[in-house]
Amino acid sequence: MSIRERLSGNEAIATAMRQINPDVFAMFPITPSTEIPQYFAQYVADGKVDTEFICVESEHSSLSACLGAEAAGCRAVTATSSAGLSFMNEVLYVAASSRLPVVLAVACRALTGPININHDYSDSMAERDSGFIQIYAENNQEVYDNYLQAHRIAEHPDVRLPLMICEDGFITSHAIENIELEEDETVKKFVGEYHPENYLLKEENPLAVGPYGISAYYMEARVAQAHAMMNAKKVILDVAADFEKTFGRKYGLIEEYRMDDAEIAMVIMGSSAGTAKACVDMLRKNGVKAGLVKVRVFRPFPGEEIAKAIANCKAVAVMDKSEGFSACGGPLYAETCGACYNLKNRPLMVDIVFGLGGRDFTVDSAKTVFDRLATIAETGETGEIYTHMGQRER
Amino acid sequence: MEDMIEIRWHGRGGQGAKTASQLLADAAFMSGKYVQSFPEYGPERSGAPITAYNRISDERCPIHSNIYDPDYVAVVDETLLESVDVTAGLSEKGAIIINSSKEPEEFKPLLKGYNGRVCTIDARAISIAYLGKYFPNTPMLAAVVEVSGCVDKEQFLKDMESSYRHKFAKKPQLVEGNLQCLRAAMKEVRG
Repeated sequence: MSIRERLSGNEAIATAMRQINPDVFAMFPITPSTEIPQYFAQYVADGKVDTEFICVESEHSSLSACLGAEAAGCRAVTATSSAGLSFMNEVLYVAASSRLPVVLAVACRALTGPININHDYSDSMAERDSGFIQIYAENNQEVYDNYLQAHRIAEHPDVRLPLMICEDGFITSHAIENIELEEDETVKKFVGEYHPENYLLKEENPLAVGPYGISAYYMEARVAQAHAMMNAKKVILDVAADFEKTFGRKYGLIEEYRMDDAEIAMVIMGSSAGTAKACVDMLRKNGVKAGLVKVRVFRPFPGEEIAKAIANCKAVAVMDKSEGFSACGGPLYAETCGACYNLKNRPLMVDIVFGLGGRDFTVDSAKTVFDRLATIAETGETGEIYTHMGQRER
Repeated sequence: MEDMIEIRWHGRGGQGAKTASQLLADAAFMSGKYVQSFPEYGPERSGAPITAYNRISDERCPIHSNIYDPDYVAVVDETLLESVDVTAGLSEKGAIIINSSKEPEEFKPLLKGYNGRVCTIDARAISIAYLGKYFPNTPMLAAVVEVSGCVDKEQFLKDMESSYRHKFAKKPQLVEGNLQCLRAAMKEVRG
């Protein structure tokens, strides 16, 4: 039986962590993720978990401590944001290449500068090549549900990769909304215990973690890691199917919203997808065939699924909430274009960089995008392909 | 969503506008509604103007932007009227509720031609009378419920009582004062 509650995204994550009761939580605070270890510290103090809660001196150390724990065969978690994630950069790669399935909650926030505490995806997008699986949420319910699925995906023998559970800083992390929580026991049963096949101090078969990989071995390790990421797609879907069977809420790699006969569509992530859905509903009432593809999983990238979803559209706007400074579009656009290149009939596609550093994205903002798409669909002309939205002229 | 009520709170950092919006969300949640309560963070410093928001509806609201055309505005600190355009986008079918000992008529010239309902609530006097200290949130919450009708009033008082009984389980003497504070604020809101 689900429990009707109202929680912020941060408390939803902390609640999921409490229910899972990980072996180790190594923490270093940074806005807007700080509440996650803050709530969790209370659970530790109240004896609701028996997690080893380690306060360390930096994010580089918090993830390093998680790596140590994971290498020893423990289930380890942490949380961070923005510069904290950047400071983990080196260790993220170590976690992924050592195939240690740590689960990292990220309350996504802009990177400096100018210094800014608000939401965009500059932090998580900068780590898209780190080898972490990345799952994004539209709201507190999704971030909770994603977290309940995280360990099973990361720890699966075909995957064994670390995983980021991404929520939108402040917009999701600090907004209180209704949520359906699940019973502690049902969650524990769904997530299961972690018994890795091999670990550092396994008596009968001790394991070396992080050895030097000379040229004769490095590439094999990297290819194996690439295959693990490819395998993750199926595992994510399998875990989602079991999640739906157990809890009734359905998840995929992407969510197609009113796409069946859509002529114009957005490809978008996170909380903005919800706002854009409200706009799609409004346009549909006026007879406009608008739709939306929400990218839930960014790593592994669901290229085929996105391409299939938008193949029959006339015009598509890819909405990037991070500026990759490639001078020709953001990361979501580049990958979506790449995924569509081999389609026989491709939609016309533009990139819109928006919402940087917390710049608000409203139903009206979404309407502006769909209006532009309608013009592109009608004239067959994209105009400027790579543009920014919502900034002042001067 | 036609049934949705949107509320914007104006306060100063440290005064509890964010907490007030959370309390309203709690009240609406308890009455069975879908709620959103979220702050807008600018420069984080004590005394700086801050904004918090509520959406209250019968279905889950997918929109996650700030609120620009609220149905109701609650102003926790009347000195904000000098520096913040508190009635920006405010529906004339709605109302503005200002924490002040003054009469609503005194504020009308300050509200940039806003023609909707103007209400005041002396949160300080009511809070001190029933709680012995200045906690503006409790009377403000009651005033917003009274004026907006966003939650059924009887249900609101019943839910708040059980919430207080839970919250003050170790200090039951605080329950009655808080309830009286709510009832008084609902009665004494002017305009």
